[in-house]
Amino acid sequence: MECEVCHQRSATVHFTQIINHEKWEKHLCEVCAQEREDQPSQGHHQGYTIQDLLSGIFGYGQDAFAFHKQKQHVTSNEPLCPKCNMTYARFLKTGKFGCAQCYDTFKDRLDPVLRRVHAGNTTHKGKIPKRAGQELNVKRQITELKTAIHELIDKEEFEKAAVLRDEIRSLQGKLKEGDQ
Amino acid sequence: MSLHKFIQQALSPWHLKGGPDSDIVMSSRIRYARNLNRYSFPTVAGSEELQNVLNQAKTNVMPHEYGDVGRLSMLEMSDLKNIEKRVLMEKQLISPNLAGSEKSSAVLLSDEENISLMVNEEDHFRLQCLFPGFQLTEALAAANQMDDILENHLEYAYDEEKGYLTSCPTNVGTGMRASVMMHLPALIMSGRMNTIISAINQLGIAVRGIYGEGSEAQGNVFQVSNQLTLGKSEEDIVDDLQSVVYELIQKEREMRGAMLDTSRVQLEDRVWRSYGILSHSRVIQSAEAASCLSDVRLGIDLGFIDGLSQSILSEVMILMQPGFLQQYANEALEPKERDIRRATLIRERVKLEKI
Repeated sequence: MECEVCHQRSATVHFTQIINHEKWEKHLCEVCAQEREDQPSQGHHQGYTIQDLLSGIFGYGQDAFAFHKQKQHVTSNEPLCPKCNMTYARFLKTGKFGCAQCYDTFKDRLDPVLRRVHAGNTTHKGKIPKRAGQELNVKRQITELKTAIHELIDKEEFEKAAVLRDEIRSLQGKLKEGDQ
Repeated sequence: MSLHKFIQQALSPWHLKGGPDSDIVMSSRIRYARNLNRYSFPTVAGSEELQNVLNQAKTNVMPHEYGDVGRLSMLEMSDLKNIEKRVLMEKQLISPNLAGSEKSSAVLLSDEENISLMVNEEDHFRLQCLFPGFQLTEALAAANQMDDILENHLEYAYDEEKGYLTSCPTNVGTGMRASVMMHLPALIMSGRMNTIISAINQLGIAVRGIYGEGSEAQGNVFQVSNQLTLGKSEEDIVDDLQSVVYELIQKEREMRGAMLDTSRVQLEDRVWRSYGILSHSRVIQSAEAASCLSDVRLGIDLGFIDGLSQSILSEVMILMQPGFLQQYANEALEPKERDIRRATLIRERVKLEKI
């Protein structure tokens, strides 16, 4: 058997990985295996990656160590993240998002992926950060007040609406303070 | 705190304290993945953005006191030699991924080395809290304490519905990976480990060899961790993992007991032969060394061997890796040369605590 890296020497070092009951094997010669060992960023078992999983969902044939170059069909209506230019096709290839906004950009396609990865769950039930959490609460209050104002205006109850408007202003003031 | 201190000793200070169930659970770890709202994640960020994140670490993280942890020392990857990065990686203070990165990345370490905060790994911040023995709850409390202080000074990327936003969707939600390192020689000898691993995987818990590849763990040391990070609270995830770990501890102890009952002499023979190899070999490869170390550690836990410290397995497993060997030799070494150095180092280490 020849080494999968240099294709010159014969393979004497064999790595085996079991991922999701599927067996991946890698056969290297001693020299290439040593090089893997010497490079701190490689030669370490990276565990089960999301690429394996996504490729499982979408049937992209790829092995655990190298991507086959897939022809991706990127249609013109493909969403593009305005902040980091991530496309969904690229996400599928790398299994990684580019920024916090990606979660919003690809919101419509995210839940099936999350359900697969997190045993059917799509909603966070854990820790709420103290500071950002307060901010979230205030933002939520503002949204609710705005809805209420529209209802009051429809009913022509302008005085009550003005009271709520002042409340919104003071909340927005709070948010600004938090930013500084 | 100098770099010298962090790369000189194989065993971090926190390791020496010992902890509950440490005959089987070597260490407990909580890792939080956190990102900043303002910048792209490190996997796609440009050099300017990466530098901005690093600057945030310098100005908003470095200067603060972190409760009983005190202050953190910062090591920038660009200032370190490859061999130094490798040593930090072998001590598991940084990830292979960070060790391989050149640009604007760093690690912040506590004096005890029980807290490590990686900057610009796959996520902007990766916080890791380590405890000796089986102390996941304590590690979680420490991680939360650190996280709360960090959050006071950083703008986290957080979403009401999706939780802490991470580069990889496999971490989103809590951003937490809880794990323990376990030494399970009796389960391996009994040949039941693979069946047990499959059963545990069904529960959303991952088991993998920590030093070896895939299911063939070097030194019979396994890392057991949660796979799911979304849809359950941090406490519930830790609880679920803990019950699996308890189960494993139970099974390992039963198996050790059964072996003592049925084949005590054979077990003693195995332990002492391995002790002989470690005490006398002149050339040893890491796989053989790991398996002998595992036997000796089992011998210590079963009371066959007196006068050797329990932490010898953790310590020598780290010491005998290529980075440390070359660090001590002060030069690059060929594999054959390493096998000789490894044997010498282990002989000396065992002799230090002469029985």
